[in-house]
Amino acid sequence: MLEDLFKVVTTRFNGNEKTDKKAPAGNHIPKDLLYKCPRCRNVIFEEEYLAVNKVCPNCNYHGRLTAQERISLTADKGSFVEFDADMLSCNPIGFPDYDIKQMKLREQTGLKDAVITGEATIKGSPVVMGVMDSRYLMASMGSVVGEKLTRAFERATKEKLPVVLFTASGGARMQEGIISLMQMAKTSGAVAKHSEAGLLYITVLTDPTTGGVTASFASLGDIIIAEPKALVGFAGRRVIEDTIKQRLPDDFQLAEFLMEKGFADMIVERKKMRSVLSHLLKLHGYMPEKKD
Amino acid sequence: MNEKTAWERLQIIRDKDRPTVNDYIPLIFDEFYEMHGDRHFGDDAAIMGGIGRLEGMPVTIIAEVKGRNLDENKKTNFAMPHPEGYRKALRLAKQAEKFHRPVICFIDTPGAFCGIGAEERGQGEAIAENLLEFMRLKTPVVSVVLGEGGSGGALALGVCDRLGMLENAIYSVISPRGAASILWKDAGKEHEACDMLKITAEDLVNFGVAEAIIEEPNGNAKNDLDKIAENIKEFLSDTLIENCKKDIDVLLEERYTKFRKIGDFIEP
Repeated sequence: MLEDLFKVVTTRFNGNEKTDKKAPAGNHIPKDLLYKCPRCRNVIFEEEYLAVNKVCPNCNYHGRLTAQERISLTADKGSFVEFDADMLSCNPIGFPDYDIKQMKLREQTGLKDAVITGEATIKGSPVVMGVMDSRYLMASMGSVVGEKLTRAFERATKEKLPVVLFTASGGARMQEGIISLMQMAKTSGAVAKHSEAGLLYITVLTDPTTGGVTASFASLGDIIIAEPKALVGFAGRRVIEDTIKQRLPDDFQLAEFLMEKGFADMIVERKKMRSVLSHLLKLHGYMPEKKD
Repeated sequence: MNEKTAWERLQIIRDKDRPTVNDYIPLIFDEFYEMHGDRHFGDDAAIMGGIGRLEGMPVTIIAEVKGRNLDENKKTNFAMPHPEGYRKALRLAKQAEKFHRPVICFIDTPGAFCGIGAEERGQGEAIAENLLEFMRLKTPVVSVVLGEGGSGGALALGVCDRLGMLENAIYSVISPRGAASILWKDAGKEHEACDMLKITAEDLVNFGVAEAIIEEPNGNAKNDLDKIAENIKEFLSDTLIENCKKDIDVLLEERYTKFRKIGDFIEP
């Protein structure tokens, strides 16, 4: 009986699909016009989602931004000057299809790798800034990410500038083998030198920040900020579930969990981020540059 | 010259008769006092630490501990440390710095433990802190990979002036099994992944990650425990004799540079 009911529903759905195809274009809503929140499953128009800078109006999950979007939301207009824009990674262990995959991604995203670094001002205060972009191999850290961030810290140390990093990453980049693991040590070393010079480093943890990036520079900020509902952790959720053979609670490893456990200083909403960063920079003596 | 494939080496280091740090310590060090706890949460048996004497010189020893049987492995969690293990390591390293003792780290882990408690207590933060602090630790640090060098869990004891690898040891960013399941959605292809990842001692020397390969007697450490212990001891003493002579600022700059130059990129 119950199965029959489902059969009816199935035919109805299939029937609808057929009529959909025949329906005039005006009645049809293509999938990419809608956005489904990965946290609360609420569906809204993509246009609406973009208008609120990718924050879910239902649950306040702060969605993933591209590096360009992040820079324009954070830095003063026209102030961002990129460092090392042409750097490309090689294929140190001869990983199958790594080169082809990267070529495709470069075309799709316009990025050369998973991080953009540069100098900018935030409400006048000068900073060295780095932004990771999860569209590029889940912003995993290989040679280019490691080298660009290390250079950014070294430059900030030399020029006595603070560093603001927006992190997002799946971790170390498997495709570059042991060389990617060593980027964790390399970047942490550069953070140490910057810190010893008495300079400020602010980390902004965005969705998702995991693995080797959590286990290196992302956890080393003087101030650690997280965006609401960002996933932040060391081990992947599925890996832990496989180990302990039970389902994890939904809020496990979210920013709020992280703060409760003592690993983030504050959770800041996207619309207030620029202002909070500016105040923190000024509190540490990084005042707006005077224009001649 | 070791002609074995990475897969063959993996079988050797996973052999239940493979010697562990508990076998080596009495043969390498004249005396050893174990020190427990991270002073914050607890004592993690996956990482053992203490003070000993290497050819008369006081040293701090920090080691990931594989068990020699199921009971020992239950105790040491199959050498998969929790955050408090890494924090104990850092506490002892800082103590070594204070008393001008060199630090010797033995790496032997499938990886840092993945579990609820480990996440709650900041596994990522604990490893990150070790990377940063070991990079600027003002005393010589030497590490040896005894068997498995599993990812960040290994690197947390691997920021050093000089890294030695036993000839069958491996050191990898991801377990071969993990790589196979991501790459081919089939953990059964562990063998293929293992040989592809470039994780042998020779590979690591080529990449500038390791400086020395420590010979195993007749190609396997279990063949002659005294001999392999002697080889490890020789590597440690030679390294420390050289590094203890150096001005600490020079040594730290060299340590930074060792990691600084690792990377494979172009700037067209």
